Amino acid sequence: MSKIPDNRAWWLVLPVLLLVAFSALVPLMTVVNYSVQDIFGPGNAYYVGTEWFRDVLRDERLQASLLRQFGFSAAVLAIEIPLGIGIALMMPKGGIRASLCLILLAIPLLIPWNVVGTIWQIFARGDIGLFGWGLNQLGFNYNYTGDPVDAWLTVLLMDVWHWTPLVALLCYSGLRAIPEAFYQAAEIDRASRWAVFRYIQLPRLKNVLVIAVLLRFMDSFMIYTEPFVLTGGGPGSSTTFLSQTLTTMAVGQFDLGRAAAFSLVYFLIVLLVSWLFFTAITHMDKER
Amino acid sequence: MAIRERSRSKGLGITVFIILLLTPIYWLLNMSFKTNREILSGLTLWPQNFTFDNYVVIFTDSSWYSGYINSMTYVLMNMTITLTVALPAAYAFSRYRFLGDKHLFFWLLSNRMAPPAVFLLPFFQLYSSIGLFDTHIAVALAHCLFNVPLAVWILEGFMSGVPREYDEMAYIDGYSFPRFFVKIFMPMIRSGIGVTAFFIFMFSWVELLLARTLTSVDAQPIAAIMTRTIGASGIDWGVLSAAGVLTILPGVLVVWFVRNHVARGFALGRV
Repeated sequence: MSKIPDNRAWWLVLPVLLLVAFSALVPLMTVVNYSVQDIFGPGNAYYVGTEWFRDVLRDERLQASLLRQFGFSAAVLAIEIPLGIGIALMMPKGGIRASLCLILLAIPLLIPWNVVGTIWQIFARGDIGLFGWGLNQLGFNYNYTGDPVDAWLTVLLMDVWHWTPLVALLCYSGLRAIPEAFYQAAEIDRASRWAVFRYIQLPRLKNVLVIAVLLRFMDSFMIYTEPFVLTGGGPGSSTTFLSQTLTTMAVGQFDLGRAAAFSLVYFLIVLLVSWLFFTAITHMDKER
Repeated sequence: MAIRERSRSKGLGITVFIILLLTPIYWLLNMSFKTNREILSGLTLWPQNFTFDNYVVIFTDSSWYSGYINSMTYVLMNMTITLTVALPAAYAFSRYRFLGDKHLFFWLLSNRMAPPAVFLLPFFQLYSSIGLFDTHIAVALAHCLFNVPLAVWILEGFMSGVPREYDEMAYIDGYSFPRFFVKIFMPMIRSGIGVTAFFIFMFSWVELLLARTLTSVDAQPIAAIMTRTIGASGIDWGVLSAAGVLTILPGVLVVWFVRNHVARGFALGRV
């Protein structure tokens, strides 16, 4: 749709601008302010320039945490996106069964994140949880509080459980928007199931997949509450992701300057990767 | 024939997935109806001594149920604020080209990408310094950080689906902008508004990190109160489970109202 050029539209966005300036810009500037100072107490701060940034970028604990974070987000995307598409393809096309599916799928999305952690904390325990108990009965030596690999896999499974429905719902709405005529044409051409998916469904899903990939990347990259409740970041630091490292630093150790510098680097990484995804996907579209 | 077989295997696949999805929730429900002794004495697939005691604890102790009231209060406040500011802004983005519109839109969205952990400390100081610490409005305002951009994004998608001819016709008929917006435009995108409200509710309801940091007693969300169940005798699994079950209910109620539009909403109105 063509838009009318009219600068008076600024009046309509002004409330949003003020609100977001208050709730985002002011805090962000505070962070920037901290990141270049060494603060010992009120009225006792020294300008240190980029020292905190250099410090943060060299910190091995943070590098390890960043690497874990990228590994986790990559695993999340690699599992949830294909699985979500698969689920969407299996869902009924309409009627009461479709409504029921939608509601049931949406349930995990509506649970407060700490309760998600609690659910899995209970569900995966070896003594009182069905999942942990079941695995142990099957002969696996499973213990998410003691074994780093088990803990990591449990956090991943929890995230897949929690967020695959989002991808599935997104894809489902994309699939519903495909006109029936496309399928009829494919049937006349005797297109195989795979060809229908590859040349009709997948291209039409592109828009929603952009949203799904972006949302899942951003949110998995910021994950805090669920692993915090489930494993507390342990055992060792096997499930300590970036947000938790940051929170410990800022609130636990009250290391303001370093935490602020780290915050900015963290935010920039999220922005950069999101931008890369976005540009890559929209670019692919233009080339075709 | 082949088609019928395929649709049957599809139905089977989706049924299996949903059962797997619901198993952890069933387990929570199962635990909430058990006594602690039963929970700790061994694994049972359903409650042997069915009891409502865990729920009674929550509904009779004001330190428990006030958590639900607090959470509801700031979620509703956030919903009101967000919709009020996001509606006109989304209209501006969907209808007009103005100086810096694209930059502004991306800047708004970039707030959705900001890790809440980054804002933890400055928020705490900001709201403490203006005397809003431990109030509902503080949490409501803080949640605007990610809800306003999302609301603008979703609403813009829905609004762009309405042809501009409607706007022009209304102006020819002598409608002023506010009257047109409230009387004609908003009813046209009401499903979009409903879905947006649903998403605002959802993200505000499930967030814990900011809500917990900005409150201590008076406005503490239920999610933060739940962490207290770790008492001297270990974790009170029964009450914890019951509290968890009760946090799921409002979401299920809300999703029921928007069930016919939820799929489109999840695509942010862009299908």
